Amino acid sequence: MAAMPEPARFDWREALTDAALAAAVAAALAVPLIGFHAVDEPTGIRIDTRFDWVVIGVITVFVGRLLLGALKRLRPQTALAPLGRAAMRLRPAATALTWAGLAFAVLLPVLPFSNRYVIDVATTVLIYVMLGWGLNIVVGLAGLLDLGYVAFYAVGAYSYALLAINLDLSFWECLPLAGLFAGVTGVLLGFPVLRLRGDYLAIVTLGFGEIVRIIIINWQSFTGGPNGITGVPRPSFFGLPFTANPAEGQVAFHQLLGLEYSPSHRIVFLYFLILALALITNLFTLRIRKLPVGRAWEALREDEIACRALGINPRNTKLTAFGIGAMFGGFAGAFFATRQGFISPESFTFVESATIVAIVVLGGMGSQIGVVLAALFLTLLPELGREFAQFRMVVFGAAMVLIMIWRPHGLLASREPTLRLKREDAPP
Amino acid sequence: MTESLLTVEGVHAHYGHIAALKGVDLTVRRGEIVALIGANGAGKSTLLMTVCGRPRASGGRIQFDGEDITRLPTFEIVRRGIVQAPEGRRIFPRLTVLENLQVGATPAEAAHFEQDLERVYALFPVLAERRRQRGGTLSGGEQQMLAIARALMARPRLLLLDEPSLGLAPLMIQQIFRVIADINAQGMTVLLVEQNAYHALKLASRAYVLAAGKVILSGGGAELLADPQVRAAYLEGGQPTAKPVG
Ligand SMILES: Nc1ncnc2c1ncn2[C@@H]1O[C@H](COP(=O)(O)OP(=O)(O)O)[C@@H](O)[C@H]1O
Ligand SMILES: [Mg+2]
Repeated sequence: MAAMPEPARFDWREALTDAALAAAVAAALAVPLIGFHAVDEPTGIRIDTRFDWVVIGVITVFVGRLLLGALKRLRPQTALAPLGRAAMRLRPAATALTWAGLAFAVLLPVLPFSNRYVIDVATTVLIYVMLGWGLNIVVGLAGLLDLGYVAFYAVGAYSYALLAINLDLSFWECLPLAGLFAGVTGVLLGFPVLRLRGDYLAIVTLGFGEIVRIIIINWQSFTGGPNGITGVPRPSFFGLPFTANPAEGQVAFHQLLGLEYSPSHRIVFLYFLILALALITNLFTLRIRKLPVGRAWEALREDEIACRALGINPRNTKLTAFGIGAMFGGFAGAFFATRQGFISPESFTFVESATIVAIVVLGGMGSQIGVVLAALFLTLLPELGREFAQFRMVVFGAAMVLIMIWRPHGLLASREPTLRLKREDAPP
Repeated sequence: MTESLLTVEGVHAHYGHIAALKGVDLTVRRGEIVALIGANGAGKSTLLMTVCGRPRASGGRIQFDGEDITRLPTFEIVRRGIVQAPEGRRIFPRLTVLENLQVGATPAEAAHFEQDLERVYALFPVLAERRRQRGGTLSGGEQQMLAIARALMARPRLLLLDEPSLGLAPLMIQQIFRVIADINAQGMTVLLVEQNAYHALKLASRAYVLAAGKVILSGGGAELLADPQVRAAYLEGGQPTAKPVG
């Protein structure tokens, strides 16, 4: 901190007031949130105080704010620019990065460091990538902020669980049905909110997400209520189960291939399954963006009035976005159910919706690679420091704030043109 | 021969309680350029929007090519062949020029796309140069050209233009009006809303003057251009009036 270029320009009074204000806000938040602490004791719950933590927090905010102010005022444009430039430099390499990422994803199970835990975490990441890509259709392309996306994930999961248990259908029979049910739910929930936009749409979809979850909790006879559904059938390899000792007359996967039985076969199979589902979601999106309906989504996001003047039917266009986005949520839900073997309403709370929206927004609305980066970031972060799990939301918030300051349009806010005429590329 | 393409009869329109149109009658015949002039807030844009079904006419009747379209939803009206380049251009800023044009082609058959693209590129060569550029990065004049081109991609039978000269430099205004004349010469029927009364009246075969939601004057373009009342209200001070009217 010795050689600051132009200390004369720095207005200490303003900076101190600013920092004091931030510290006051921090104090107001920290006293109830951090200052009191419930301790579970055999005699009951005791409230402890820990004001030393509050003091540390407030001082940190004060000093941090002061430093940030100094940094910004001394070098206003460049304070956060290096990060932005790094992201920009990534842009041309995006294609190479995509293929490298894809190769990495395909080879992951045979890489030396790979083990059951790594594959498990990667599967979770891919579920969020798929959910992010699915929601990206609604939020990124059609510009409809849907805060209740988890509802379709839940419908897919319950569709699979109930169909598989009650009607004895296989995963591959259930998958399209789960997508269908979720898609129909999407269209049904889309109808009443067609006239709403922006914040209002967000609030109502948030409500719908909760309604679906509450219906699941209360419809005990059908959904098992808060206890959830246990014994959801595990996936089979096109009819061949992943069991050590298959039932009479059945051939297990390892027997067919003449392998030693290993529980990791199923884990790896699940990993490839979600990888395939996620890639299908991505390819579908890339393809539909070039078709009239996909273009209409994007046009609708840009200007609804202009769309009307050009003969686009906004109602049908929005409903297809809701329906198709929901369908992919349903596919992901079916996968989730077969992977866990157990589902309950706990898995489909608002926090899930918020996470998926965060992935789309952090990734830069509409950017497919951005979604992958954001999903990696948001799911790996809590894994890397499990002891910090309780601070996950704080990190979330901090990341959001940083992104808003540094890249207000998301990590990779870019939109590649979808249409090029062949003739154009020919030399004139 | 002088068959009417669009007939607006006694049309009223409201925004909530506010009446924006109070019984407007207007006809556009096949092949004409009809100008609609009037002060700010007279209801010109409202009339174009009402023809497209938004806001819906609260009274009166709108007929297009013999069919009553008063109650049709907007996208149906557009499919019948009435396409608008709305006030303020409203191009899609994050889509490229080419993608904007492709969205414009929604009501047209896909088979015509390439041919129509050639046609609008011939009308607006600058759009061909800028086809990969995002709409939002074009200049105001280029955006206006894109708005008109995008409307043309829908293969309209009646083109509604709302203040195409708004906020443009004089040279650009001349260019836009020249293109409107060209399109019309190729057979397009145009209903042109303008505050730039001088250019509009020079171009139009017929014109209407709108004030406070009513038609107060109508007649041939040249006729209105010579009308002392029109000159006093809409021309003097606005446009350079050095050019004598024949
Ligand atoms: N969306 C709207 N809501 C309420 N009033 C409107 C709306 N649009 C236009 N108006 C009112 O309707 C009248 C006519 O407006 P408009 O048709 O835009 O006039 P012009 O295009 O001739 O300038 C004005 O008084 C205007 O304030
Ligand atoms: Mg207007």
